[in-house]
Amino acid sequence: MAEFKLPANSVVQDGKSFSAPANAKNTRKFQIYRYDPDSGDNPRTDTFELDLDACGPMVLDALIKIKNEIDATLTFRRSCREGICGSCAMNIDGRNTLACLKPIEDIDGDVKIYPLPHMPVVKDLVPDLSQPYAQLASIEPWLKADSPTPPDGERLQSREERAKLDGLWECILCFSCSTACPSYWWNSDRYLGPAVLLQAYRWLADSRDEYTGERLDALEDPFRLYRCHTIMNCTNTCPKGLNPALAITEIKKMIAERGA
Amino acid sequence: MTESYKIIDHNYDVVVMGAGGAGLRATLGTVEAGLKTACVTKVFPTRSHTVAAQGGIGASLGNISEDHWQWHMYDTVKGSDWLGDQDAIEYMCRNAVPAVYELEHYGMPFSRTAEGKIYQRPFGGHTRDHGKAPVERACAAADRTGHAMLHTLYQQCLKHKAEFFVEYIAIDLIMDDDGTCRGLVAWDLDTGIMHRFNAKMTILASGGYGRAFFSCTSAHTCTGDGHGMVARAGLGLQDMEFVQFHPTGIYGSGCLITEGARGEGGYLTNSEGERFMERYAPTVKDLASRDVVSRGMAQEIRDGRGVGEHGEYIHLHLEHLGSDVLWERLPGITETAKIFAGVDATKEPIPVLPTVHYNMGGIPTNYKGEVLNPTADDPNRIVPGLMAAGEAACVSVHGANRLGTNSLLDLVVFGRACGMHAAEIVDPKASFKELKASDGQQALDRFDRLRWAKGARPTAEIRLEMQKVMQSNCGVFRTSEILGEGVEKLAKTASTLSDVSVSDRSLIWNSDLVETMELENLMVCAASTMNSAEARHESRGAHAHEDYPKRDDEVWMKHTIAKVAWDNNYGVDLTYRPVNNFTLTDEVEYIEPKERVY
Repeated sequence: MAEFKLPANSVVQDGKSFSAPANAKNTRKFQIYRYDPDSGDNPRTDTFELDLDACGPMVLDALIKIKNEIDATLTFRRSCREGICGSCAMNIDGRNTLACLKPIEDIDGDVKIYPLPHMPVVKDLVPDLSQPYAQLASIEPWLKADSPTPPDGERLQSREERAKLDGLWECILCFSCSTACPSYWWNSDRYLGPAVLLQAYRWLADSRDEYTGERLDALEDPFRLYRCHTIMNCTNTCPKGLNPALAITEIKKMIAERGA
Repeated sequence: MTESYKIIDHNYDVVVMGAGGAGLRATLGTVEAGLKTACVTKVFPTRSHTVAAQGGIGASLGNISEDHWQWHMYDTVKGSDWLGDQDAIEYMCRNAVPAVYELEHYGMPFSRTAEGKIYQRPFGGHTRDHGKAPVERACAAADRTGHAMLHTLYQQCLKHKAEFFVEYIAIDLIMDDDGTCRGLVAWDLDTGIMHRFNAKMTILASGGYGRAFFSCTSAHTCTGDGHGMVARAGLGLQDMEFVQFHPTGIYGSGCLITEGARGEGGYLTNSEGERFMERYAPTVKDLASRDVVSRGMAQEIRDGRGVGEHGEYIHLHLEHLGSDVLWERLPGITETAKIFAGVDATKEPIPVLPTVHYNMGGIPTNYKGEVLNPTADDPNRIVPGLMAAGEAACVSVHGANRLGTNSLLDLVVFGRACGMHAAEIVDPKASFKELKASDGQQALDRFDRLRWAKGARPTAEIRLEMQKVMQSNCGVFRTSEILGEGVEKLAKTASTLSDVSVSDRSLIWNSDLVETMELENLMVCAASTMNSAEARHESRGAHAHEDYPKRDDEVWMKHTIAKVAWDNNYGVDLTYRPVNNFTLTDEVEYIEPKERVY
């Protein structure tokens, strides 16, 4: 019989609260999802009130300030702090993005910070991304060509051919898009998701790659590719301004055209 | 120890620490050679800091105008202010061209010329025919060359089914009593389990230590972890006083604006609107090497010609290049300027400041990648079982100042060299020498000591104090007084590490503990940098000493070796080893030292 109860320990509870210093004039509250894997307790949201006059402009600056000055146990991934490494992807103010590129002042009211949705949570804002990583490997994301390479030179590629890769190769694998996709939430075990499909198209679009047919064969599947229902959350949320939905559509077109 | 840790033992022919450009290229090489390889990395490979490199990778392809590896070698030697080892520099510049073609063959998405060849742009310090004029030598993928390269190398590693241990924190090396490296111990953040890697060869590719300073272009993860491990193994670090300030970090955030921006025609002005680099480097102007441009900028600011309310920065102009060129060739930095400086670079100048960017110094190696443990009798003595490559290493190809685009080149050339040399000397059929139960105990002791640290000073507080001392006392301009004060202040800060407090006790993703372990590594780097700088009484490359404004080849044409007493308040012991004054082959002559003018 169907059970209409949430799984154990899944309800997010209210956590601790920390106030800003008394003399702070420009304050803002940050509500942050916490999950402690050791305690087995329910996840909670802690509230940290910060003095924005003593904080950098980005949400990542606020997280680092909290970790440095208030609660060193707060756990999140970060590295480059300039939007190129893809480490600090999380759900901020209801939208997946990079904490390092998200200005605090763009957010009205309390700043709500959660891990990327619908991924297993390891701790606090750290999701387990091993599934999308494995899916990335599954599309064989490397140049495949049998023609010999020039012994003392590069393969030639015209500027027009190269331009077809723009908007594809810049993906930083933050998986903001895949984890914003309802189809991926529902079928992430079998649907590749927008980030990985964007990578798949990056090789289909590369004039140097000679395995277009095999790549399309591998994608032509009701789940791997066709669980995309053009919901467009992926494109809407991409912090790098890329368009995974368009890439997926291009793959579908290539399959349709070769069938015709 | 308060509890026994769960430990998993592994046997690998090779263990590589780090999955940036050098680590991935080394991993690829050893896997291709049939060696069982583990790549242990604290971040997922494509998040390594190589990803942030922008402008290009140097190679004399000559796709735009005539170029030769000998010219590249000359520029690199001159850029290094003659502290680079010319055998290694020859090796790098000769191998640059095949290395870049190899990357293209791997599928790297380089920008292209009208003929469909790899696009190249001018860069600081790279010149035609021994300094006559700038030359297009930087092979570029827009202004995201490091991103293109790192992803390409990771793709090749996937192709060859390399084994990764992702989000594992390396704690310490395992060293034999006879000084042979036997592998390393790492902590799996996801499970909290300790892993002992018994390896016939260990390759350190752990990157630089920009985060020893308050303001840097480096990622938060650039914490000199390999440097710390080497120091705790009783080995020395080389030429640590040479810290590169990149001329164009965004004022405030420190985010990098590529030198390629000036390569494409950008230029710097002071508060009077003057293109002041014409005074400091009459021939190549804004495309002089980085130490020269950074000093020029700092001098302008000191002389009261800085821009801004308090005269605290310099303007970088790109707006004259037009929005088409910017969005095609420099899209990344155009975006970065908007986000981090609030500036539309197509319309107005970007406020910039010299910002810590790169560490020329590091773990001493020869051009094959073997780590050196020099003695007075044998300055080239190797450490069996240990190699290093990339920014972590000091080969030395960069000497006292690195040229832009030579870092990406260094990664692939010497990552590859490590792979090749490991394939030569490691026998995959040989049985593994078993580890003793006590091997790795030092690592576990260190881990346990920090995990339960209950002192009075949080990690972030000590780290900030260290960063501020480094920033104020080990900057672009140095004097005996400033450096002497820096040595004292830093020693005081380092001594408080014994009073560090860690709040998170968990074994699962304990990033508080990770940062504390990183802080110990950073302190090794900071102490060796400050003390090496204090001792070097000359000006060479990035080390500009106002009390000794001239280069002194008679006394100081030598590499510093700093050994850090990590268990005794980070005291530093300095010795020196000669610079290699010979080339690798007879096809090129040793380039005699001369005055360095741009």
